[in-house]
Amino acid sequence: MTETTENGNYVLVAEDLRKEFGGLVAVNNVSFDVPRGKVISLIGPNGAGKTTFFNMLTGVYKPTAGRIVFLGTDVTGKPPHAITALGIGRTFQNIRLFQNMTALENVMVGMHARMKANLFNSILRTPFVNREEKASRARAMELLEFTGLARKAQEVSRNLPYGDQRRLEVARALGTEPQLLLLDEPTAGMNPQESAEFTAFVSRLRDEEKLTVLMIEHDMRVVMGVSDRVSVLDYGEKIAEGTPKEVQKHERVIEAYLGKAAVEDMKNRGLS
Amino acid sequence: MTQPDIQEEGAAEQIGFRNQLRAGWKALPIAQRIAISVGLELALAILFFFVDHSLGYGVAAVSALYWIHRLPPLPWKVAGQVALIAIFAYPVPTLAAGLAIIFAVFWVPQPLRSRVLPVVAILLAVMYPFYQPKMFVMPIFGVWPDIATGVYMLVFVMMAVGLNIVVGYAGLLDLGYVAFYATGAYTAAWFASLQFPKTTFHMGAVGITPNLPGIHVTIWLLLLLGGVITAFFGIMIGLPTLRLRGDYLAIVTLGFGEILPQIARNSDNFLGTGFNLTNGPNGITPLDSMGFGSHIGNFTHGVLPANYLQCCNATYLGHQIQSTDLFFWTAIALLLVTVFCSFRLQFSRLGRAWIAIREDETAAAAMGIPLMRTKTWAYASGAFFGGVAGAFYAVFKSATFPGDFFFNISVFILCMVILGGMGNIWGVIVGGAFLAYLNQEGLANTGAWINANIHFGSHHPNLDVPLYASGIYGVIILVVVLFRPEGMIPSRRRAAELHEGVHDDPLYDTQHAGAEA
Repeated sequence: MTETTENGNYVLVAEDLRKEFGGLVAVNNVSFDVPRGKVISLIGPNGAGKTTFFNMLTGVYKPTAGRIVFLGTDVTGKPPHAITALGIGRTFQNIRLFQNMTALENVMVGMHARMKANLFNSILRTPFVNREEKASRARAMELLEFTGLARKAQEVSRNLPYGDQRRLEVARALGTEPQLLLLDEPTAGMNPQESAEFTAFVSRLRDEEKLTVLMIEHDMRVVMGVSDRVSVLDYGEKIAEGTPKEVQKHERVIEAYLGKAAVEDMKNRGLS
Repeated sequence: MTQPDIQEEGAAEQIGFRNQLRAGWKALPIAQRIAISVGLELALAILFFFVDHSLGYGVAAVSALYWIHRLPPLPWKVAGQVALIAIFAYPVPTLAAGLAIIFAVFWVPQPLRSRVLPVVAILLAVMYPFYQPKMFVMPIFGVWPDIATGVYMLVFVMMAVGLNIVVGYAGLLDLGYVAFYATGAYTAAWFASLQFPKTTFHMGAVGITPNLPGIHVTIWLLLLLGGVITAFFGIMIGLPTLRLRGDYLAIVTLGFGEILPQIARNSDNFLGTGFNLTNGPNGITPLDSMGFGSHIGNFTHGVLPANYLQCCNATYLGHQIQSTDLFFWTAIALLLVTVFCSFRLQFSRLGRAWIAIREDETAAAAMGIPLMRTKTWAYASGAFFGGVAGAFYAVFKSATFPGDFFFNISVFILCMVILGGMGNIWGVIVGGAFLAYLNQEGLANTGAWINANIHFGSHHPNLDVPLYASGIYGVIILVVVLFRPEGMIPSRRRAAELHEGVHDDPLYDTQHAGAEA
């Protein structure tokens, strides 16, 4: 791992990130950093700009203004594949697996940037290509094992149950060998038990794989259960940041989620 | 890579006439179904017998073949097959032999069969010039295609396999493939003809006098060069156009497919400089011949002939070798190389990336696949094989004319890919061979058959069927797209996509999508 001189403890630093769609400001000068080896959650009401923020980090959108530095490299406006190659892996809010490929193939596609075979040596199938193919197949199986999908390696991904598809998305993202893993609403549509399992899984990613995780999440049990830090976006602005406990009590957060009236109400009842 | 069957989506409701019909049919007891089927087939055979005897026999034979195939294997199936071969052995021995070979191949147990089948197919293809004159006459289609048609079929199958990389694997709808065909053909023409008389450059060319002006490079090198230049040209076209998706890409490639023949047509005065690049509408002809040169020719005692056009007096197996046969075998070799490369690419890092892009560009990019570069590689590979095929076919015809490169050729090749089964090499080969055959001989033969055998009372039609070629291909494609979008021999993956759609709504910033390369 490359320690950077600038911000040794931070994997990712975003400065004054801004995104406008026409006149609409989706993300308004948000500064954000992700410390190494932590699980950071990004929460906020619907339409707060969380996914837009993610899409800027992964290069799907180009920021209108601001700067993104990942492991000391300025990645602002770089294309998605280059950012993935540098070490940011991601999953999608609405599952975007390669539906007609098997689970194993999906993970192997994820390893694209870490493989070197090209057109010519693939046709000749040189010993190098053979070795690489074998090694990446083995690594993909390991990742499927890790995500509990090993027995379904040869299944076409569209036929997997919903929870497995979510996990396969994570396995595929892990195939890119990320330093930072971005999870976009990973537990959406999961039942409480699946969510709890997933929470444990994210802790394992942090503790066993030494990964840094940044996730958008709506399920507060997941957020509170695993996050080291929570940041809250509302109307494209960061309104609060801190430990789960701090954020839970933060006035503006309650206001954003429940409205001003609720805050007044809580004050009146002496809850806040 | 083996993968389990894609599960059939449980057809929850039986909506529509077709499904109701199917359900009603399935509700009948099996004996009734067999009786009705056999009855219908017999009636059809008898009806056709009165139109044309051989057609009646043909329908009966196909029906018999199907039912024998469904018999319980051991005593009955073998007995049926032996009986069928015995029936045909005397009147049409070649058909009996063909059946025997097919039956034999299908008795080989499965894992081995997939290896035996291609070997037998290749052997049959290579031996074709020897047994073609002895082949039986088919109902409707008449005599089997001659060797020149065989070369045509092989060249077009090769282009279809090339286009399959672009359309079938990477999902890039290319309506301008003819541009690659033309580039290959003109490359061969420039470097192996009298087109540039001011330069005299000889390099291994055969069958020409030593002082002949013009550039004369050996065709073997030109096949490669045609591929490489075309691939380069494909990259040039691809860089600006491959940023587009779907329909937009199709339109732009269509444009390039139109532009190139126009350039060929008008470049007898290249950009107004007076330089004669393509000889305009008159085309470039003749081209040098192919051959292995006198050294190899003498060394191998003519097995590898010095010059394809002056080869031939040897007789093997009762067949005097013609120069067309040599082109035919060369075309088989080229097609085999194409198919080989195509297979190797399919199951490689790049092949996976192509399929990923086809299924979901956004996710593919997020997985570290550089979209532009990967698509351009697909385009370049497809272009390469188109170029080689074009160069070879130009040499075979010893000519290249701008009129050969109309838009309809692009559509024709695309039809081959669609008919056969996008993404499946075997399907594309079968579809390509069939359509190319129809185009070259099949339609004309069919027309002759119709005119000879069909009449309404005293009215005898006098159809010129090849005139309706485009309409007929159109109908074929419509039928395929409506009823079997995955083609004759589909790839499983593609079949699933076509029936259930892919997840590929664009998520890109329009201002940004171009920034990668």
